[in-house]
Amino acid sequence: MTIHLSLVHFLFVSAVLFSLGVYAVLTRRNAIMVLMGIELILNSANINFIAFGHYGALSIDGQMAAIFVIILAACEAAVALAIVLNIFQQFNTVNVDDVDALRD
Amino acid sequence: MNQELILQLSAAVLFLPLASFLLIIFFGKRLPRQGDAIGTSMLGLALLASVVILLAKLLLFHDEVLDFTFTWVDFKSVAGIGPLKIDLGIMIDNITAIMLVVVTLISFLVHLFSTAYMSGDVRYSRYFAYLGFFSFSMLGIVLTNNFFLMYVFWELVGISSYLLIGHWYEKKSAADASKKAFIVNRVGDVGMFIGINILWANYHTFTFEKIFAAIAGGQIPYDSNPWLTAAGILIFCGAIGKSAQFPLHVWLPDAMEGPTPVSALIHAATMVAAGVYLVARTFPMMTADALVFIAYVGAITAFISATIAIAQNDIKKVLAYSTISQLGYMVLGLGVGAYTAGFFHLVTHAAFKAGLFLGSGSVIHAMHNALHHQGDHHTDAQDLRNMGGLRKKMPVTFWAFLVYTLAICGVPLTSGFLSKDEILAGSLAFGKLTGQTLIPVIGFLVAGLTAFYMFRIVILAFLGDHKDPARFEHLHESPKAMTIPLVVLACLSFFAFYSFNPFGASSGWFFHAVERPMTAVPNAVAAASAEEFEGVLHESHVTAMMLSLSVAGLGILLAYVTYYWKKISAEKVAKALPPVHAFLLNKWYFDELYGATAVAGTVGFSRVLAWFDSKIIDGIVNGAGSATRLVSFASGKFDSIVVDGAVNLVAYLAGFFGLLFRKIQTGKVQTYIAFVLVGVMVFFFIYRIV
Repeated sequence: MTIHLSLVHFLFVSAVLFSLGVYAVLTRRNAIMVLMGIELILNSANINFIAFGHYGALSIDGQMAAIFVIILAACEAAVALAIVLNIFQQFNTVNVDDVDALRD
Repeated sequence: MNQELILQLSAAVLFLPLASFLLIIFFGKRLPRQGDAIGTSMLGLALLASVVILLAKLLLFHDEVLDFTFTWVDFKSVAGIGPLKIDLGIMIDNITAIMLVVVTLISFLVHLFSTAYMSGDVRYSRYFAYLGFFSFSMLGIVLTNNFFLMYVFWELVGISSYLLIGHWYEKKSAADASKKAFIVNRVGDVGMFIGINILWANYHTFTFEKIFAAIAGGQIPYDSNPWLTAAGILIFCGAIGKSAQFPLHVWLPDAMEGPTPVSALIHAATMVAAGVYLVARTFPMMTADALVFIAYVGAITAFISATIAIAQNDIKKVLAYSTISQLGYMVLGLGVGAYTAGFFHLVTHAAFKAGLFLGSGSVIHAMHNALHHQGDHHTDAQDLRNMGGLRKKMPVTFWAFLVYTLAICGVPLTSGFLSKDEILAGSLAFGKLTGQTLIPVIGFLVAGLTAFYMFRIVILAFLGDHKDPARFEHLHESPKAMTIPLVVLACLSFFAFYSFNPFGASSGWFFHAVERPMTAVPNAVAAASAEEFEGVLHESHVTAMMLSLSVAGLGILLAYVTYYWKKISAEKVAKALPPVHAFLLNKWYFDELYGATAVAGTVGFSRVLAWFDSKIIDGIVNGAGSATRLVSFASGKFDSIVVDGAVNLVAYLAGFFGLLFRKIQTGKVQTYIAFVLVGVMVFFFIYRIV
């Protein structure tokens, strides 16, 4: 039996990936893990871009956007890791639950 | 000597005592001997001037009236009345000149007497200042020629009497007595005030001469003779108060709380004579009805007080009632038309009654010193029952006192005989003319009573044995400053000063100088004319003399029988007639009567007013207060509940929601993200994008 890949399959994978990313962001206590969740979300978006570039009207623009997102993710990772490093210096922990100085 | 000079001298007589008052009241403490020498010498000067005035008046201007008038206030022309002005001034006729000498003489002698009697007193200097003030006021009454100044000086005499009676104001009885004297006098003065106002309303002048002239000219107040009678009686009300006539006589006995020389000056010789002087002054405007009223007031006064005098034990109280009784005589004399006799009695009485008071002062002084020497502070120095036998220790006082007593009893060769006899003859003539027989009957009865109670004093105080032999040894005659006035006054109690005929004064200078003035009232309401009166008087003269001599003799005899030979026991008589004795001892219960009526009424009325004040007036004020408080309370509640409530509600709501939203702000990034997600999903749901 041959399976014909279609847009829906890609979108489905992307959706699963996005959900996993969101779950990670919401539930992980470690800031690094939260960042990894964010990477998942970004990559699920990338899959969507590529899929829409192949099957939809976006064509090459989709791939261009994906590359842009990857670059952006790299930058984001750099900045985010710097923040995490600073949080560690400040609070001596990277547990996001303990970092609630914004409260009140 | 011309009239100008006499008037100037009289002004000096008036103002010398005032100068003495001002000097002593302001500088008394710094003056040598606290200023008593100044007061005494000022009065001495005034006495000299008065004697000069009297002599000049009698010798040079016998029948003239010296008058000095100036306009005090000129209202110019007043609508409905015409020209209106108030004239003030002084006048000197014969009675003024005589009164000047009487007042200054008694005042001078009292000053002299007081230098010894009052020595060592706490307010020695002030006492002399007030004496001067009193003399000034009294001389003002004597000199004035109008009702306006008369009223002013009348009140000044009232206040100076108040000050002198209350001299020892630490004693409650003295303070009460001074208030009583002042208030009771005021009652009479209201009548006088109304009377003067009736005259002013009708005649638009205060001057005596002008008023009498207007009445004589046919101008009657409100064109009705009863109004004229009323005006006369109302002015006489002033005399009722000042001269202690029934029913306002109650203040005089109490006024004996003052120093004894004051009693002699004010309450025997001068101030109480002011009322009699007022009647004499206003005699021309008195109608027959008014005169009958005056005569009855005098007779009732004379009788009541003479009966009271019998039962009193305080030497000064007896003398006080005797004074009231004699004043009643004077008023009676004027009322019956024996004008000269009434006024004559005033003058003779002034001398011997001042003497009696000063004599009693001398006795009290000696008693007081003896008691003080013994360290006895309980025995009453004024009680007759504690005296006796003083004749041996105080011969000068005794002989002087005896002369005064003979004079007041109307024994021949004394001045009192002359004046009292004339009054009694006058009352007899009056009885014959008008049929009012009660008045002469009372007159003679009182003459007998007077002789009785006066000799009672003499016998109890001076004769017999002293009650306490130990005390008797400490009794001494009073110093010269006290005995000299007594001797002078005793001399003046002899007939020779007033008339060379010891059995009739009508030929003497006094009766020549003081003649009954022509009445000004219309014939229809006038009393019997002077000529008519004289005619009847002449017939009754001998009868009166015989009668008065026999009743006086009887009175003296009875006094000797009772108190000297003790044939009749006064105690047994008193015990046999307990209600009568109690009635007399308690002064006919006048004080109780007035206490129960006038005083209690006033107090009750005051209580009603106090109740009205504290309940109604205070109630209104307090009600306004509590109403304001209530409104403020409501307003405060509205403010705190409604207005503050709204403000607090807003704040509370903000707080509430703040608290609510605070819970959301956990500070945890993941929670925020979850919210964002939920929010995004909600938006998706709302806009149905999926």
